[in-house]
Amino acid sequence: MKYSYYPGCSNEKFTGAYETSIQAIAGPLGLELVEIEDWNCCGASEYMALNLTAAYSLIARNLAQASKNQDLHQVVAPCSLCYVNLRKCDKYMGTEAALAGRVTQALAEDGLSYKPGTLKVRHLLDVIHDDIGLETLKAKALQPLHGLRVAPYYGCLIVRPEFHNGGDDTEFPTSMDEVIRALGAEVVDFPMKAQCCGGHMTQISESVGYELIRRILKSAADNQADVIAALCPMCQVNLDAFQGAVNRYFGTETHIPVLYFTQLIGLAMGLPPRHVGIGEELVDARPALSRIGSEMAAEAAEPRKPRKDDKALPMPAPLKRA
Amino acid sequence: MTEEVRIGVYVCHCGSNIAGTVDVEEVARWAGHLPNVVSSRDYKFMCSSLGQEMIEKDIKEMGVNRVVVASCTPHLHEPTYRNALARAGLNPYFFEMANIREQVSWVTSDPVEATKKAEALVAAAVGRVAWHQALEPLFVPIEPSVLIVGGGVTGIQSALEIADAGYHVYMVEREPSIGGHMAQLDKTFPTLDCSACILTPKMFNVGNHKNVTLMTWSEVEKVDGYIGNFTVTIRKRARYIDEALCTGCGVCQEKCPKRVVDDVFEAGVGRRKAVYRPFPQAVPNYPVIDRANCTFFLKGTCKACEKFCPTGAIKFDQQDEIVTVKVGNIILATGWDLFDARRMPQYGYGRLPNVFSSMEFERLSNAAGPTGGKIVLRDGVSVPKSVGIIHCVGSRDKNYNNYCSAICCMQSLKFAHLVHEKTGAQVHNFYIDIRTPAKAYDEFYQRILEEGTIFIRGKVAEVTDTGRTPEEEGKLIVQVDDSLAGRQRRIPLDMVILSAGLEPRHDAKEVAIKFGISCSADRWFMEKHPKLDPVATMTDGVFVAGACQGPKDIPASVAQGSAAAARVLSIIGQKEIEIDAATAIVDETSCVGCKECIASCPYQAIEFLEDKGKAYVREALCKGCGTCVGTCLSKSIALKHFTDQQLVSEMIGAMTAMKMFEQAQTEVA
Repeated sequence: MKYSYYPGCSNEKFTGAYETSIQAIAGPLGLELVEIEDWNCCGASEYMALNLTAAYSLIARNLAQASKNQDLHQVVAPCSLCYVNLRKCDKYMGTEAALAGRVTQALAEDGLSYKPGTLKVRHLLDVIHDDIGLETLKAKALQPLHGLRVAPYYGCLIVRPEFHNGGDDTEFPTSMDEVIRALGAEVVDFPMKAQCCGGHMTQISESVGYELIRRILKSAADNQADVIAALCPMCQVNLDAFQGAVNRYFGTETHIPVLYFTQLIGLAMGLPPRHVGIGEELVDARPALSRIGSEMAAEAAEPRKPRKDDKALPMPAPLKRA
Repeated sequence: MTEEVRIGVYVCHCGSNIAGTVDVEEVARWAGHLPNVVSSRDYKFMCSSLGQEMIEKDIKEMGVNRVVVASCTPHLHEPTYRNALARAGLNPYFFEMANIREQVSWVTSDPVEATKKAEALVAAAVGRVAWHQALEPLFVPIEPSVLIVGGGVTGIQSALEIADAGYHVYMVEREPSIGGHMAQLDKTFPTLDCSACILTPKMFNVGNHKNVTLMTWSEVEKVDGYIGNFTVTIRKRARYIDEALCTGCGVCQEKCPKRVVDDVFEAGVGRRKAVYRPFPQAVPNYPVIDRANCTFFLKGTCKACEKFCPTGAIKFDQQDEIVTVKVGNIILATGWDLFDARRMPQYGYGRLPNVFSSMEFERLSNAAGPTGGKIVLRDGVSVPKSVGIIHCVGSRDKNYNNYCSAICCMQSLKFAHLVHEKTGAQVHNFYIDIRTPAKAYDEFYQRILEEGTIFIRGKVAEVTDTGRTPEEEGKLIVQVDDSLAGRQRRIPLDMVILSAGLEPRHDAKEVAIKFGISCSADRWFMEKHPKLDPVATMTDGVFVAGACQGPKDIPASVAQGSAAAARVLSIIGQKEIEIDAATAIVDETSCVGCKECIASCPYQAIEFLEDKGKAYVREALCKGCGTCVGTCLSKSIALKHFTDQQLVSEMIGAMTAMKMFEQAQTEVA
């Protein structure tokens, strides 16, 4: 399976572990990621507020570059913000005639063009979940992560709108849960899985930014997660790099390593930890990872028969999605 | 054609419905030049008495003997104009309708194109009507028995009305007992009378009525025939209980060692045995063995029920029984399904123990329910001190159902009252709009307001157990956009009730196909006319009543139950029904007796005359579908009113018109 690949600047500069692990697992999983030639920053979130034409032209330039390669019709982005920006740009160039006109004009200045709808923008999680598939992951997981309790953190960007072509729930997504379960790890209930990590808020207002991070960390800790699995560089940096600052600010003592889901895939495939960037995180993941294989996943217990004097009411069974 | 054909064309304005787009005067003027047309007029409302008189006058004074009306769909006014022809002494089948409203003016925006299309359709009708033949309708007797599908309060109401009028009713119900959702409820709004207390006498009457044959634990398999003469095949699923011997004593239920969660009657919040009757007042009162959970059926041993049954009524070898009944009319009262709140994971149902669905709450609050009417948390013991009720769960939400479920506001107000009365807890109602339009409903709202319930207007974002502050720890927190205060709020609560909406039955579409009716886009059964014929359907003799047609509360459902019964009684009172004369007919001179048509007929309407060696169509059974016409190898079958000559002339009329437009275009160019 071959895709155009848009790494994004975070991956190139400050979150090497994500990029390292993606490159490490791509080959064994059968993913061929062709980096878009001469790509540029997607502008993140701030540029949109300043100048729409410039912001969209910046994003559209990447789509135009990618569409030069006529063999590839899908662009994969590992960063949630890049993914949302590229998708938004593709959509609005098709529906907002005025904006599309200005962007097309800007691209033409550089001898470029992009026809909306030419490329399908996808997040890496979506590709791994749908194209690679859970069965393949299970087969490749030669060293399953039994015993590791994982809190899957999706963040707020990837899930809306219509992530996974509407196949996943916007408010309570489960596709990464399924990927992690396929690796043999245990997924903990994680109500904060789709809440905002604050983005760049730590640079604007410490109190607001730290509070947003604290809630997520606390929920993971309350549910006894060993690690948090992330799928976006910004989320990982916020939860990992600011964990110490958050602890000092609130007087808490949370120590939960935050790893990329691609790192977990790599570990389960039996790749050496440093080949998937383990050790680059600031909250040390080694104590948690030492638990892998230490205990087998508990067999699903038979539902307990109610005792005669047990007054508890039955719970509704989990919903089976088609 | 022996006589001279004199066609009258009448183009309707339909106010501005047609005339707003189509140049009706031009259509009438243009049609005046078509072959055989002797009179061509336009009028504001052809269906008005003045419009009809115009047609009658032309028939009498100008010798018009074929009539074309260009107006709306034949569904609406074909009978109107056919009657007008009959009044003027003309055979009603000398009539053809060109639909220039639904098929032209409502769907074509360009006036020039619309006018041309209307003209082509009129030309087609003129071409066809010239070849129409005088036909005589057939009258067949109506079978007075009625089938009612669904034994909820709506079906019960219909059944009693019809049975009391002296006609026989077959009632088919899927569950072991009739009673429907109403039997599950605790109190009914706005009067707060006990639901079971007002329903069970009616259930009892149905069960004991000499004119009602009750078939529970049964489903309709197949429906054949037409209004007045349906043949219905019903599968009576094996109960493994001999109904003749069972006295309904309940010993089997008491002795059965297998307890399972009851997802149907107890809404998943209570348990029942593997041999069970859903509730003590069940009608009929004999139980059912749930094969999927019975220890004997699973493991081959147990038979505790059989050992203890005093009358020997347990029959493990019982088989499903197929019953065929003949009925003249059918009422569908199949009801609704509760929206599955697990589909909205942000509200935590199925994940957070103390989030309850509305039906779970009904069972908790019901004195006959699993807690004996005590409102408690999922642990079965603790009484909540604060309760939140979320309205519009799964309704008025474009992600799930766009429609308003009609009952949830009043239901939520009732819940607020019951919680307040039974536990003294502080109640929060989270609503988008409060809709209390029916009699004494808004007064009930005022009463709940005075009881001290807090109303917060806004869509709830999520229900979570992740607290942010010490006060929130261990609570359910409702995060809501308070649109009156203009800010986000977080309300910590002990218990949350989701007022889930009403949805069409999960198998509504299959049922609709079985009975030959259609569903609206959101899968509710489609009525013939939403305002003027709300319980009839496009299929004669099949009626819909209650919530299977759209969300309804009890009063509205009961009213529809009575309405459907009244419509059925008026048909029964006619004693015989007119069958459309458009049936197939065999030309015996060329029929070779190959019997191909007999095999092809879906209605078994063709028989073989052994003495003549020819096929014969029994008109009373023929639906005029035309399958045999296509099958006949010697081209010996014709469909009256749809002859080859008529259809070809219709096409020639339309195509000639289009050719003329093309030529005119070329000339202009």
